[in-house]
Amino acid sequence: MENKKVVNIDMRQYGMVLALIAVYIIFAVLTGGKNMSPANINNLIMQNGYIVILAVGMLLCVLTGNVDLGVGSVVATCGAVIGIGMVDYGWNMWIAIIAALIVGLLCGMFAGFFISKLGIPPFIVTLATMLMGRGLTYVLLQAQTKGPLPDNFVYIGAGFLPTIKIGAEGAQIDLVCLIVAAVVSVLIVLSELKSIATKKKYGFATNPVWQLIVKNAIILVIVWFFFYKLARYSGIPFVLVVMAALVGLYHFITTKTVAGRQVYALGGNAKAAKLSGINTERVFFWVYTNMGLLCAVAGIVLSARNASATPKAGDQFEMDAIASCYIGGAATSGGVGTIIGAVVGAFIMGILNNGMSLYGFSTDLQKIVKGAVLLGAVTVDLVSKRKK
Amino acid sequence: MSEYILEMNHITKEFSGVKALDDVNLKVKRGEVHALCGENGAGKSTLMNVLSGVYPYGSYTGDIVYKGEVGKFHKIKDSEAKGIVIIHQELALSPYLSVAENVFLGNEQCSGKGVIDWTQTRAKATEMLAKVGLEHEDVNVPVGTLGVGKQQLIEIAKAMAKDVELLILDEPTAALNDEESAKLLEIMLELKKHGVTMIIISHKLNEISYVADAITVIRDGHTIETLTKGVDDFSEDRIIKGMVGREMTNRYPIREGVTIGDTIFEVQNWNVYHPEDPNRQVLKDVNIKVRAGEVVGLAGLMGAGRTELAMSVFGKSYGQKISGTVKMNGREVDLKDVRTAIDNKLAYVSEDRKGNGLVLIDDIKRNMTMAALRNFFSKNGVVNANEEIVKAEEYKKLINVKANSIDQAVGSLSGGNQQKVVLAKWMLTQPDVLILDEPTRGIDVGAKYEIYCVINDLAKAGKAVIVISSEMPEIIGTCDRLYIINEGHIAGELGKEEMTQERIMGCIMADNRKGE
Repeated sequence: MENKKVVNIDMRQYGMVLALIAVYIIFAVLTGGKNMSPANINNLIMQNGYIVILAVGMLLCVLTGNVDLGVGSVVATCGAVIGIGMVDYGWNMWIAIIAALIVGLLCGMFAGFFISKLGIPPFIVTLATMLMGRGLTYVLLQAQTKGPLPDNFVYIGAGFLPTIKIGAEGAQIDLVCLIVAAVVSVLIVLSELKSIATKKKYGFATNPVWQLIVKNAIILVIVWFFFYKLARYSGIPFVLVVMAALVGLYHFITTKTVAGRQVYALGGNAKAAKLSGINTERVFFWVYTNMGLLCAVAGIVLSARNASATPKAGDQFEMDAIASCYIGGAATSGGVGTIIGAVVGAFIMGILNNGMSLYGFSTDLQKIVKGAVLLGAVTVDLVSKRKK
Repeated sequence: MSEYILEMNHITKEFSGVKALDDVNLKVKRGEVHALCGENGAGKSTLMNVLSGVYPYGSYTGDIVYKGEVGKFHKIKDSEAKGIVIIHQELALSPYLSVAENVFLGNEQCSGKGVIDWTQTRAKATEMLAKVGLEHEDVNVPVGTLGVGKQQLIEIAKAMAKDVELLILDEPTAALNDEESAKLLEIMLELKKHGVTMIIISHKLNEISYVADAITVIRDGHTIETLTKGVDDFSEDRIIKGMVGREMTNRYPIREGVTIGDTIFEVQNWNVYHPEDPNRQVLKDVNIKVRAGEVVGLAGLMGAGRTELAMSVFGKSYGQKISGTVKMNGREVDLKDVRTAIDNKLAYVSEDRKGNGLVLIDDIKRNMTMAALRNFFSKNGVVNANEEIVKAEEYKKLINVKANSIDQAVGSLSGGNQQKVVLAKWMLTQPDVLILDEPTRGIDVGAKYEIYCVINDLAKAGKAVIVISSEMPEIIGTCDRLYIINEGHIAGELGKEEMTQERIMGCIMADNRKGE
């Protein structure tokens, strides 16, 4: 091949990941390594699982150029259904889960109906569902906390996959974690090789080999660091499995499917999308219905972790989810953003929260910092784009 | 006093190392209409932005001598204070504000500190409107309720309110029909009599040779020549030669080797009512047919119902209470939505490429495959990204889209290249029938030629092509046959040999008389 096409990796694409690593390292120094302890790594996942789940759904709403403000309330409503069902009526766990999913789905369809069929602005519709959902939760729970929820249900939010502990007493390590890490590593390398092969086959530009090695080395180091810490603790939390499955699924939907592409097209230019044969009403409907369903999943995870349902549950989750999307590079005008970005955004917020708690900042101070980070991230993103 | 009101000497402006303007000179005499011609991207708008202070003093080299002194404009307000006003292609009017408010937008008539004197505002607005031939206009109606032609004149009135001495008009007639354009040109000549100097940028060369006293031609950031009325040849061909740097003997490529086949597209007894007013009939009993390999024009004045016809046929994207039949390849089809229309191999390239055709923030590749994604680039709902790249590269080459790569955002392309991307988007849906609505609006001569070549290739491939255009020479130059639409119905049909601008206008006029 004479004119071998080579392009450098676009660093801006990875800016947020680097920021994530930087924030983590800063807090590692500030807290004297406390945030790197196995127990804390485990906490990070368990505390942020539901925000990641919500951010994934929220990203689709953000891509259409809108947000869903009703998220926190719907999470609470779904939690309430589980609490009442299991505690007051003694439902089987599976029936409770299905009931919660149906309630979430209905809430989503309710918002979706007003938005798509009647053309009411999503901001207004979801502001209404936020108020209605919260009120409904208080009514259902009669302002009481329902609990405790049974252990088999609590497993979803606080349990771990089976472990095979090896090694000496006091320095035990979980073999399952290490096996999963190894499998993930092999998959990462294989997919990179496959991508290079396809690029060569079609004659597309490839990245310089050394850059790819550095990129993948960093990813592998993160993967192994992460799973090693989990292995030293109690193994793989069940929440991580739920989270990984959802992130994987929605990453696939947004990047590889027609349905995903339609959301981007709608957000970029609704009129052009419509004249290109995209049923924009239907896109709006499924995006908001889907958000409701993911609220139910988050509600299940949250109530399981707390082993109870409270009327205050999920308060301001919508703001965390929205902030995650924007920190992760999504545009307020719609049409721009990625699932991975939203997940990274959610973890930046999570690491900040966690680090500041460990360092001893009050929650009041934490809010100031979080607000500043959101503003700073979006400002840097927009200003750097404008310069270009 | 010098005879020149404005001299721009040796202007050079760079954008991150690329010279958009390279040693450009422009001299405008007091009281003349000076035209600035050049292809898109030649640097006309950049030059005007330098003049009006959009690019502040110091960001370019060379100097601007205005009324005998060196102008150092740091922002638009500075140049406006000196009487230089620029009217951009995209109108800067606020649609929900009244005419009077718009005329004094940013220049409010105040009695005290920041308190608007409404009586004076209305009185002065009426006065300004009279200067642009709108003396009977109510100054209290929202601007958005008026037509584009009147809005353009209100822009000029707004400039007049600022005591303009040098008025710059960037493509003032781009969105106007022939009648409105003619009126605007008359107003310009009227203003000239009152001592206003004007610079006009336009692609419509017939208008320029009519209204201008001098023409400066810019190509690739250089001044090529200045032609003076009465001294130099002012013909369109002469101007085009300067703009493209070569003789363009034929602006419309000849279509050869096309065999016109059977009728493959037919619209019968088509009736459509206005989307907001169910009693207002927009189209009345329209019948058209197009054969394979044939290029058919839809001529008519703006607002005659051409776009409405195309859009109502294309998946009922316009109007209500639609009745009539559409036949594709002799078979009656119900194009109930856009998706069905695409599946039935009909394509519609909108007149508004930015508003209705493209996702400007997205890249070339994804824009090209947007309409064809479901049918040709996916399997079970999963996109075949590799195939997408291959096809996008192929079409980029095929219709010569000038861009660094198919990953470039469409918003950063010139109008001509954007139009090519929209064309590619619809060609990729593999249609049998293409409706092209104003396919060359606002794009330069070179790109127009390339679009005409694409039309010819489509006809050669046996497609039926319908061209809607407000530029009569274009319709005559590209079409085999044309329908004249007037006030929502077919007013006439002309074959290749019968097509002349006079006959088309004559047909419209006769139809108007019949209607009265």
